[in-house]
Amino acid sequence: MIPELGHFALALALALSLAQAVLPLIGAQRRDARLMAAGPGLAIGVLVAVGAAFAALLRSFAVNDTTVSNVVQNSHSAKPMLYKLAGAWGNHEGSMVLWVLILALCGAAVAGFGRNLPSGLRARVLAVLGMIGAGFLAFVLATSNPFLRVWPPAVDGQGLNPVLQDPGLAFHPPLLYLGYVGTAVTFAFAIAALIEGRVDAAWGRWVRPWALASWSFLTLGIALGSWWAYYELGWGGYWFWDPVENASLLPWLAGCALLHSAIVVEKREALKTWSVLLAILAFSMSLLGTFLVRSGVLNSVHAFANDPERGVFILALLVITMGGAFALFAWRAPSLAPTGLFAPLSREGALVLNNLLLCTIAAVVLAGTLYPMFADLMLRAKISVGPPFYQATVFPLALPLILAMAAGPLMAWKRAKPWPVLQRLWWVAAISFGAIALVWLVQGKPVLPALGFGAALWLILGALADVAERIALFSRPRAALARARGLPRAAWGGAVAHAGFGITLLGMAGMGLATERLTAVSPGESVSLGGYEWRLEGVRDVTGPNWTSRRATVTVTRDGAPVTVLEPEKRNFALSRQSTTEAAIHTTWASDLYAVMGEEEGGRATLRLHHNPLAPWIWLGGAFMALGGALSLSDRRARVGAPARRSAEAARA
Amino acid sequence: MSASTSRRALLWAPLGLAAAGGVGFWAMLRGMKDGSYDPRGVPSALLGKPAPALTLPAVEGVDTPGFAPDALASPGSPVLVNFWASWCVPCVVEHPQLVALQRRGVRILGVNYKDRPAEAAKFLARHGNPFAGLVADADGRAGIEYGLYGVPETYLLDGGGIIRWRWAGPMTPDTLSAELDPLLRRHA
Repeated sequence: MIPELGHFALALALALSLAQAVLPLIGAQRRDARLMAAGPGLAIGVLVAVGAAFAALLRSFAVNDTTVSNVVQNSHSAKPMLYKLAGAWGNHEGSMVLWVLILALCGAAVAGFGRNLPSGLRARVLAVLGMIGAGFLAFVLATSNPFLRVWPPAVDGQGLNPVLQDPGLAFHPPLLYLGYVGTAVTFAFAIAALIEGRVDAAWGRWVRPWALASWSFLTLGIALGSWWAYYELGWGGYWFWDPVENASLLPWLAGCALLHSAIVVEKREALKTWSVLLAILAFSMSLLGTFLVRSGVLNSVHAFANDPERGVFILALLVITMGGAFALFAWRAPSLAPTGLFAPLSREGALVLNNLLLCTIAAVVLAGTLYPMFADLMLRAKISVGPPFYQATVFPLALPLILAMAAGPLMAWKRAKPWPVLQRLWWVAAISFGAIALVWLVQGKPVLPALGFGAALWLILGALADVAERIALFSRPRAALARARGLPRAAWGGAVAHAGFGITLLGMAGMGLATERLTAVSPGESVSLGGYEWRLEGVRDVTGPNWTSRRATVTVTRDGAPVTVLEPEKRNFALSRQSTTEAAIHTTWASDLYAVMGEEEGGRATLRLHHNPLAPWIWLGGAFMALGGALSLSDRRARVGAPARRSAEAARA
Repeated sequence: MSASTSRRALLWAPLGLAAAGGVGFWAMLRGMKDGSYDPRGVPSALLGKPAPALTLPAVEGVDTPGFAPDALASPGSPVLVNFWASWCVPCVVEHPQLVALQRRGVRILGVNYKDRPAEAAKFLARHGNPFAGLVADADGRAGIEYGLYGVPETYLLDGGGIIRWRWAGPMTPDTLSAELDPLLRRHA
């Protein structure tokens, strides 16, 4: 009964979404206030309906309802509750329901928080969100119904891929979807602006918080996914330039460009056409990622079950949304006249450079991701585009971007002079060059890690220099604290996010110096790596709730002093006849000691040991970037209504 | 062309690019249905053709014999040809699957790719030896003839010596159950 109710709720949500797509739009065209006012109510109705469907799905997984085909395929009664619930969105059908739920949440948020928006703009934004929601709900109902029943009921579920039974992965998809779907809202604003033919500072102020929120969630989602790959896959790497990883990086890059160009729209009313195009591109990249991952056109460890039928449906959605949006853009964009002018050397100029470089990186990653597929299609050639390609193309583009990241915030709007910027950054540059030289001298050959350390320091210290300048720390230190308190949160956010990227670079540079060793040892034997002695004490059997494992005990010492005990294991999941390697990681913050257990043969165990300098800072940097986004989001100016409401209240008083 | 018309043309460019991409994806999906497009790394050049002969010596220091160049011509029953190396980490990941296949009675011929014989022998002593025959491709020439993508890489030959399947990268338990086992049954 409950699954049928869930199914019905989805159908109801589709009907409401269709109404949301049509009524407010007609209302906005006819300037009919009553039709426009239907939008918010419908958006909240869609949220309630999709929420009910999602709750029904969660319940089916929680009680292990084996008459639901999705539960049978993806769950098992012996699984811990967290993974039963996470299993609800760990598969194609359930994850689509989560996707639609988040979209409905965004729609309701626009309806709820958007009271200060011009009513026409709000109606059109809600209508576009309604169209997207209707498209995806139709997709779920037509090709991926999560509530399909099986009869007779199965004895028990068939389990979930054990690699996916992990807290990191339980929260990775929701965060990533929050990011993906957030781009749908900026997209809706872009389309609404194109229909109205008007982009102004208010539009920029409205788009920026959504772009910021979506970008922050994408940052967290990507960082969490990368961390998961690092500790769970047991390969010792953190980013593999896998097509699915690239699919999440593309909207991140486009969103990052958008949230910077939206600043220019807000402050200077320039870059309007460009910002609208970026908003469309960011959502297109999200949809493209969905298509690539779920249609089976590419080969990846992360891809969902392949089904060309589904692929055709998503492609149709993609063609309608992107084709419609780009056609509307080509038709209406000429009416968006730029007003603010600026010199090449200015804050705007730096932001344009940032946009160009980010978009070029995105284009390179997109080309690297799609090229093998198109080469296969047209030339019948199997080509793999791997890390060497991305390293050769992305790094040279990232370098000027990093240089501009520290200098840009110190430049004045409209027209900047080079001398004051240099004056404030010379010590940062000197320390960075010193670090490059030092690392290069100590470590020898590889140039890239040394450059990475220099770039990281440049960004972190550059962010410090920026804050110091704003609060006049050096010129008038006494009032600095008061000024720091008065500094807008957006300025803090920008500095924290830029420094966060520097911290991530620091971790990446450290990983560039990582060492590893594959070895077979008997109990009692030890090997040395990275200045540590690693000694295998023994291997024993361990039994968990739905697995058995062989667990090794490795004691790590440095100069005779104990550091830690690592327990890597190899788990066997009897039910799915799969085994996973559970890497053991000990972090000293200066480095990660990382051990993976391999096969055993004749009393010897294969161990793969890694020494990863500064590794944890890669993901901590990601957290800092998201924190920067959140700080910026909490700025009073981001809540558009605040000043308007206050002045209205003042007028009333 | 005046500046404003070229600007207008530029605004249409995203639509044009997206349309071209859309047509490509459509062709891929069509190809997946009729089998002409397969994202899972199969070289169209060798599939359905006789496997290139391997004129290579046995690996020194390993008990496993080599095999004659015509061993692949018509083996009589399905055979796997596995390219591997002791220096390759994914090969360690794949090895348990090869051992499991051998225990189930599947004949596996190994090609030790650009490896030192002593290292290869140590690898097999440590991880088990699933190979019925083993040859050394010291300079990687056989790899070029097969259009090798990397190691490990596995080819399935049917009883007539025709290449039916190719897997680039390590075979996982999933690969065996989802891809290889149905093919082994079909060609047995």
